[in-house]
Amino acid sequence: MQVNDSLALPVSEKARGWKLFLKTIVARAYPRIIGQQREKSWIFFEIFLPMLAVAAYVYVYRAIGAPEEYVGFVVVGGAMTAFWMNVLWSMSSQLYWEKEQGNLALYIMAPNSMMAILLGMALGGMVATALRAIAIIVLGSLMFHVQYSVTSFTQLFLVFMLAMTALYGMGMMSASLFLLLGREAWHLSNLAQEPIYLVSGFYFPIKSFNFWVAAAASLIPLTLGLDAMRQLIFPSGVSFGFLRVTIEIGVLIILCVLFLAGAKFLLDYMEKLAIREGRITESRG
Amino acid sequence: MSAHAIETKDLGRVYKIRGNKKESKVRKELVALENVNLKVERGELFGLLGPNGAGKTTLIKILTTLLAPSSGWARVATHDVHQSPNLVRPRINMVSGGESSGYGLLTVRENLWMFSQFYGLPSKEANKRIVELLKIVGLEDRLHTKSSDLSTGLRQKMNIVRGFLTDPEVLFLDEPTLGLDVGASRDVRRLIRGWLDANKSRTLLLTTHYMVEAEELCDRVAIINKGRVLACDTPANLKRNLQRDSIFEIETSSLNGLSNKMLADQPEVKKAVLTEIEGGARLELVLQEESALASVINILTQKHIKVIRLSKHEPTLEDVFMELVGQRMEDVEKEESSNASQ
Repeated sequence: MQVNDSLALPVSEKARGWKLFLKTIVARAYPRIIGQQREKSWIFFEIFLPMLAVAAYVYVYRAIGAPEEYVGFVVVGGAMTAFWMNVLWSMSSQLYWEKEQGNLALYIMAPNSMMAILLGMALGGMVATALRAIAIIVLGSLMFHVQYSVTSFTQLFLVFMLAMTALYGMGMMSASLFLLLGREAWHLSNLAQEPIYLVSGFYFPIKSFNFWVAAAASLIPLTLGLDAMRQLIFPSGVSFGFLRVTIEIGVLIILCVLFLAGAKFLLDYMEKLAIREGRITESRG
Repeated sequence: MSAHAIETKDLGRVYKIRGNKKESKVRKELVALENVNLKVERGELFGLLGPNGAGKTTLIKILTTLLAPSSGWARVATHDVHQSPNLVRPRINMVSGGESSGYGLLTVRENLWMFSQFYGLPSKEANKRIVELLKIVGLEDRLHTKSSDLSTGLRQKMNIVRGFLTDPEVLFLDEPTLGLDVGASRDVRRLIRGWLDANKSRTLLLTTHYMVEAEELCDRVAIINKGRVLACDTPANLKRNLQRDSIFEIETSSLNGLSNKMLADQPEVKKAVLTEIEGGARLELVLQEESALASVINILTQKHIKVIRLSKHEPTLEDVFMELVGQRMEDVEKEESSNASQ
């Protein structure tokens, strides 16, 4: 083929508006959904290792004669840690990574919305992590004979989707924040990992804490999401619940709005600051 | 409103740099661009030629809406880059030399497809264009190779394809052949020229510090140094201004206390640049009259400096740069990098 012939080919109409927004989300989700599966080490790091933590808690609970429901709590909590890890390490630090890679400037320069880029990252991360979470639930349930009794599939689905939206909204918000903080972001991630495991009740019901500690921990969307899910899928889950499921759904809706609005605000601020001060493109070439 | 593809008026950019906290809390200012006035016509291949640190990348960043100007204004495809970035962005694209964009876990096709979607290209059409463009740069056999498995040169070719894929009205290439071997550079230059020839309404702005590349490719060249545009014309016109002068290159056995000033003070010597090289020195001379060569040789003889080689040559853009700046481009770069490391 002649160079000029192929280069002269016209590009038909390019998508704009909502169509471009959706195309961007799908395109940015693609590397996470497809690309991440290519690195087979995820099976070890994201399924086998969390399963060890789950198993440790299960054996401790059984050894001390804790109620059998706790085994189910641990398995579900273990599955949900996958989402927390994904938000903390992949979502929050992603824009900083993109900057280091040179992708961030290309994203800003393209006609797409940066919010669509972040939503694509979130959607991709959520789908890819759901695979890991399902694997942990299935393996944990089979290994430890967990019994489920779902009282409302609709509420369960709603709680899960709200918890995910709020959680990834928080991830999107912290992505801009971490970018502004630069390298300090890694320390923040390290700092947040273990305390959140504790106060969010990944391995035990947060009702065990006093009210105010549990209320403060509820700012992390997984805390109430996990609490509500446990109430909805275990026969005696309600007795271990922190608040009524309907109240938890209400709080999760508020968190969704807060975090998504916060993400949009911080993203716009980050972009303006970057363009004004040249902080995205540090080169003085 | 201007019909130029790119237009800038008194464009300036000052960076405020945080100094060492112990030294001072006051931010230092670095002038990266100063009063840049450029007009690039549609269909033109315009080159920005200058050493590293001259302000080329800063200018490209402003033109691609990534950086706000501190003063003046710039328009691309008739829209103000700072006031209306959303009107500029669908019409442009940019590729930088040595960039590591994309995701290593994705294949070449997948990476390019992903970026095409950010510009709203129909998916099927994007895939077709990817194959065609990869063929032109000789990368079609790497369509399904993970980009992390590509060599630096092949990765750079992939990045170049990304820029052309969205068929922008104005394309910015920042040092596109940086780090590429001779063959790969030739492929890229062929793509650049072919892309412009295929559609006369496309415009390309290229930054480079390779003189030969600028000379071979560009319709017009702006020579930029320390944030200022020193000259702007066709390569032929830039050289023609020097053609009245005679340019000589002399290699000598030693320096022996010889200085630029001693030579430049001679009548009819317009410019003299002395560089120490292995086993001696190289002297580049721009003479208003050839007869001035005699006085230069005379000085060398007095200093007991042996002439190893003497040649006269036609002016190149390197000579134009030397005439404008007073130093060779590589010397300016060395000076800049030593200042930066201090």
